[in-house]
Amino acid sequence: MLRRALQLGLGRGLLGRRLGTHRGGSTLDQNGKMSEIKKKIQSVLPGGAWNPPYDTSYLPPEHSDVVIVGGGVIGLSVAYWLKRLEKPRGAIRVLVVERDHTYSQASTALSVGGIRQQFSVPENIQLSLFSVEFLRNINEYLAVVDDPPLDIQFNPSGYLLLASEKGAAVMESNVKVQRQEGAKVCLMSPEQLRNKFPWINTEGVALASYGMEYEGWFDPWCLLQGLRRKVQSMGVLFCHGEVTRFVSSSSHTETTSGEEVTLKRIHEVHVKIDRSLEYQPVECALVINAAGAWSGQIAELAGVGKGPPGTLQGTKLPVERRKRYVYLWHCPQGPGLETPFVVDASGAYFRREGLGNNYLGGCSPTEEEEPDPGNLEVDHDFFQDKVWPPLAQRVPAFETLKVRSAWAGYYDYNTFDQNGVVGPHPLVVNMYFATGFSGHGLQQAPAVGRAVAEMVLDGHFQTINLNPFHFSRFYLGEKVQEHNII
Amino acid sequence: MAAPRAPLHLVMPVWNRGTRGIRGLSRAVALEGSQKKGRSLLQFLADRFYDVQALREYLLQKQVLKVHQKNRPFTYIKERFGPHAAGAYFILKQGGAVKFQGKEWIRSDAHGHFSLDFLKFQAVPVEAVNASGCAINYQGLDSLLALKELRSLWLQRCPHVDDWCLGRLHPLANSLQELSLAGCPRISERGLASLHHLQNLRRLDISDLHAVSNPGLTRILVEEMLPSCQVLGADWAQGLPSGPDEQSQDKASPIPA
Repeated sequence: MLRRALQLGLGRGLLGRRLGTHRGGSTLDQNGKMSEIKKKIQSVLPGGAWNPPYDTSYLPPEHSDVVIVGGGVIGLSVAYWLKRLEKPRGAIRVLVVERDHTYSQASTALSVGGIRQQFSVPENIQLSLFSVEFLRNINEYLAVVDDPPLDIQFNPSGYLLLASEKGAAVMESNVKVQRQEGAKVCLMSPEQLRNKFPWINTEGVALASYGMEYEGWFDPWCLLQGLRRKVQSMGVLFCHGEVTRFVSSSSHTETTSGEEVTLKRIHEVHVKIDRSLEYQPVECALVINAAGAWSGQIAELAGVGKGPPGTLQGTKLPVERRKRYVYLWHCPQGPGLETPFVVDASGAYFRREGLGNNYLGGCSPTEEEEPDPGNLEVDHDFFQDKVWPPLAQRVPAFETLKVRSAWAGYYDYNTFDQNGVVGPHPLVVNMYFATGFSGHGLQQAPAVGRAVAEMVLDGHFQTINLNPFHFSRFYLGEKVQEHNII
Repeated sequence: MAAPRAPLHLVMPVWNRGTRGIRGLSRAVALEGSQKKGRSLLQFLADRFYDVQALREYLLQKQVLKVHQKNRPFTYIKERFGPHAAGAYFILKQGGAVKFQGKEWIRSDAHGHFSLDFLKFQAVPVEAVNASGCAINYQGLDSLLALKELRSLWLQRCPHVDDWCLGRLHPLANSLQELSLAGCPRISERGLASLHHLQNLRRLDISDLHAVSNPGLTRILVEEMLPSCQVLGADWAQGLPSGPDEQSQDKASPIPA
């Protein structure tokens, strides 16, 4: 007994002393201790606390302060200004959700790229003036260290708007407003027109307004890529997916006049990944609707317009897709290098493209002839019937031309008054609109982005007052009509 | 869609002592190979550290502010001595030369000093301005556009004169007879299109414009646009397959359409 006890004791003692050797039973203890130590170290080190079983890098984050629906020039401009005006740096998480990263149907990429200050609404002129300043200094605003500078290929050739007898008085008053806001526009009589541009046939033209500076056209794709590059360097997250659902909560309150209103607040945005059934709910504080031609559908998802017609709840966002055609033709004897962007009184327009006597142009159809916006197919008969006759009458050289190519794009057309909607919705409190520009969104994008960022960060507009573009005008019936829609 | 141009080494001149100043900037673009190693180290650091990135952005902003500072308007001189004196002061400060009507050329010396005698000629208009190589930009043109009787303007090799600036020259249409844009790296055919306002122009020099995509064709189009102007530089045969020596050397003859 004593001997066995001594043996056991000796054995354990010997075992105890032989901890240095990794043999036999001592290894088990050793391994257990090592794994415990490993677990402890892993829990202390940052990261690695949760390892998902598969890769989720294509999914958007679960939380984001601002979700911008739409990654076109307006959405990216809002993201840029949010990141630029936020205090302190890095305070706001912004997520841009774009359904199509090739921008194959986006209005920005298919745009003709003109920019002008010849509008009738003063706010439009101010927006355009700031946007042109932005484009002029684009390499200061959108500079990314170590990347090549942007060349937006701006043509400072100006816009030439022609008016018949009927529209001459309106044009004069418009030019007065434009000059007051600081645009450099001059009025020309038919005689002066003939001297300056001998290729114009001034029959039927009573007055023309010509923008001398800061008007012209540029490459919208370059602006889009420049914004995208800069915005990515500022830390904005991108997601390639589609918004399918908004999860919101409602609360009932009374207005000062005793009416019952239902205020909605969006809590989550469900983003469905492209070509998959998978979706990610993104918890957010604000949603910005910059979806362009599809803004109406996004607004419906958020519950804008669900109510009895004639009330504020029942007022839908009147932005719908409208298809517009652009044709490219070659005319060997056409107008020369000094050709501005000519907009005829009939609504047909054209501009030069490059050095080789190619011209781009089109015309806005009347309400009855609106093409079906279901696809982007081009109707070549439209050129023969509606675009060519007025242009050939205005510029006799265009009687001989050859159409080289054509494409179609969407306008985010505001059926109410053809001007943008900017600002929050009165009932869905955390949805902001930046859409409905009906063909002049590209020229106002930098300024609109800044205005929305000011609204989000400060609660009111600081530089350009866009209160006339509020959503409530659709309910109140106050039209901000633009007289120069091309 | 233009192909991306060579990156502007706006930060490198700060690190490399030898490339200070305006003439240094143009040299910095040429010395790419030797600076690539230094640049890639900076890029490596900037990709990984926010501080380095912020520092580089700050240095870039400083370069831009330097050019802005050079182009600030001299409002006091304009109010006190008139627009012509203010314009002359601006050009002399930048390192250019000015000629008043009936007087000799005034130029600043190697150290940037110049005599202020011209402030006495209040009513004498400025006739010619030679701003070659100066850092004049869109803002700086404000001072020049007030010179209503300017006859000739030379903007050779100005690194910041671009298409936007050309669109701004139309107030000088009544008096400007000679304009030289040779060697400006940022001017392209799009800016040249806005020169048609200058109907009194008699001599236009558009040689060595590297941003113009097709110099020969551009020259033909500019000649058509300004029929009474003599367009120099940009031989119309440039770009065509080289033929026998009988190719026209006479650049002044207009090309029949």
